[in-house]
Amino acid sequence: MTDTAAAFPLRLRIAALKPGRVLGFLILACGAWAVVFPYVWMISSSLKPTDEVYDADFTIWPKTFAGVQNYWDVLVGQPYPMFLFNSLIVCVGILAVQLITAVPAAYALAKLRFRGQTILLGTVVACLTIPINVTSIPLYLGVVKAGLLDTYLSMMLPFLVSVFAIFLFRQFFQAYPDSIIQAARVDGFSEIEIVLRLIVPAAIPAVAAFSVFSIVAHWNDLYWPLIVVQSQEKMTASLSMMQYRSEFDTNYGRTFAAATVVSIPMLIVFLFARRAFVRGITMSGVKG
Amino acid sequence: MIDSAERLERRQRRLALVLIAPAVLLILMIYVIPMVLVLLASFTDYSLVSNGYDWIGLDNYLRMLEDEQFGNALRNTVVYALVFLPGAFFIPLFLAIAIQSQKRFRSAFEIVYFMPVTSTLTAMALVWSALMDSRQGILNNVLTAAGLPPINFLGSPDVVLYSLAGISLWSIIGFNMVLFLAGLTAIPSRLYDAADIDGASHPVDRFLSVTWPMLAPTSLFVAVTSSITAFKLFDVVAILTQGKPAHASEVFLYLTFLEGFEYFNMGYSAALSVVFLGVIFLFALVQTLLADRTVYR
Repeated sequence: MTDTAAAFPLRLRIAALKPGRVLGFLILACGAWAVVFPYVWMISSSLKPTDEVYDADFTIWPKTFAGVQNYWDVLVGQPYPMFLFNSLIVCVGILAVQLITAVPAAYALAKLRFRGQTILLGTVVACLTIPINVTSIPLYLGVVKAGLLDTYLSMMLPFLVSVFAIFLFRQFFQAYPDSIIQAARVDGFSEIEIVLRLIVPAAIPAVAAFSVFSIVAHWNDLYWPLIVVQSQEKMTASLSMMQYRSEFDTNYGRTFAAATVVSIPMLIVFLFARRAFVRGITMSGVKG
Repeated sequence: MIDSAERLERRQRRLALVLIAPAVLLILMIYVIPMVLVLLASFTDYSLVSNGYDWIGLDNYLRMLEDEQFGNALRNTVVYALVFLPGAFFIPLFLAIAIQSQKRFRSAFEIVYFMPVTSTLTAMALVWSALMDSRQGILNNVLTAAGLPPINFLGSPDVVLYSLAGISLWSIIGFNMVLFLAGLTAIPSRLYDAADIDGASHPVDRFLSVTWPMLAPTSLFVAVTSSITAFKLFDVVAILTQGKPAHASEVFLYLTFLEGFEYFNMGYSAALSVVFLGVIFLFALVQTLLADRTVYR
């Protein structure tokens, strides 16, 4: 935000303000406040004692500061660190397997010739439209039969391969110049070396975009954990919010401290990786 | 030379099979086989409560036609979508155009409006239900201060779908706004210059003659993906209302979940899942067919 405008005389600056732009700014600012308000209210309430959360005259800064007590209760008195850890394990595990399976498959689809290529690509595209909600019954029964209910593996299982990642990376690899690959082959690079030393580094932007996507999606997922998690030991952060179901813990301040603790990690991911995330959306959306 | 080319091809084929093997195995295990099983199960009366099952042909599908809960869920989903979709389309469109014309605070606005997209909706749903609380929530305090009667946002059968649509809107606006912004920045500015020369200099003229036609592909994509999102409503219902009050917020996917994982009518739930997938396929088909016909001119 450099202020080059200061160099201009005031009269010119006021003339440059178009009424339409000012009106747009005002509307955007009001909308932005409405969008942010739930976060403000949540964090503000998490710092208040219970009897102040629903006080008729709402103040952003608490009259009685109970933040330390609330967060101590959540982080030490309740198993929230464990819930966060469970979510982390599941998200990282899913992402690792997704990348290990998608990058090679996408490279083969984009740059190599083999029998069944068209069938595989067709299958990948068809599977793009199948959400977990449709296949959850047989997957659940399979998990039960294998005796895997309430394990990390069962929490990750339906997401271990991402057809979206295969599709996205394939599009990305197709744009990679064949001439470079040919040259590398002539230079005696093996195919594996080509994948590891040329393709993977070139795919970093796509991989970063997809990674943010995947982590956010599985951190926030409720549907599948709700089905396979049975004990508190395996509860994910997102699922832990179900304990409050419309009937709150009577300690409101603590409730919203818990909600804040569960929300903060993705807010941090968002602030650091917003560009990658947005790139992922536009990559998959506008071109695809 | 030919010999080495052939050798390379054979090597490539072998390598390709190695590279795709893990993905193929997992796709079979996670998508293809479960999909076949869901289709098969939808023709049976399979349930977790009884042993054994029978083939009952299309009975599950015929049952939907008479099932009151199914009709109710379908009606709720449609009402919800009709409230949700116009907002999910026009608000982001307006915001994207307004943000485009801003110079200085552009990225700040982008960040703020996009924030709810990545938010953990289960936690934020709790916050929303507190804001919407019928007796002491902030929204009702505002209404009362303005001299209006309070609204029971989540407890009244007539209002609950609107409230859920409001929460979902809050979480999707930023996503669609980003898509529209990408579409807007792709419009070459010379088109606006040309419109200026043709006398279309008023903002409304510019929008109708250049922006709207050029945005057609983006608009189509936003409309279709938002429709699918509307149809997939689950999380907020599961955490806030569980279909209450009086089944007024029981939407399609939540009913499918209840039938399968609460009442254990796996056969019927599978049939519902198949219908669910059929609807999504229809949307995707519309998208594909229309996308080829949208003209970039």
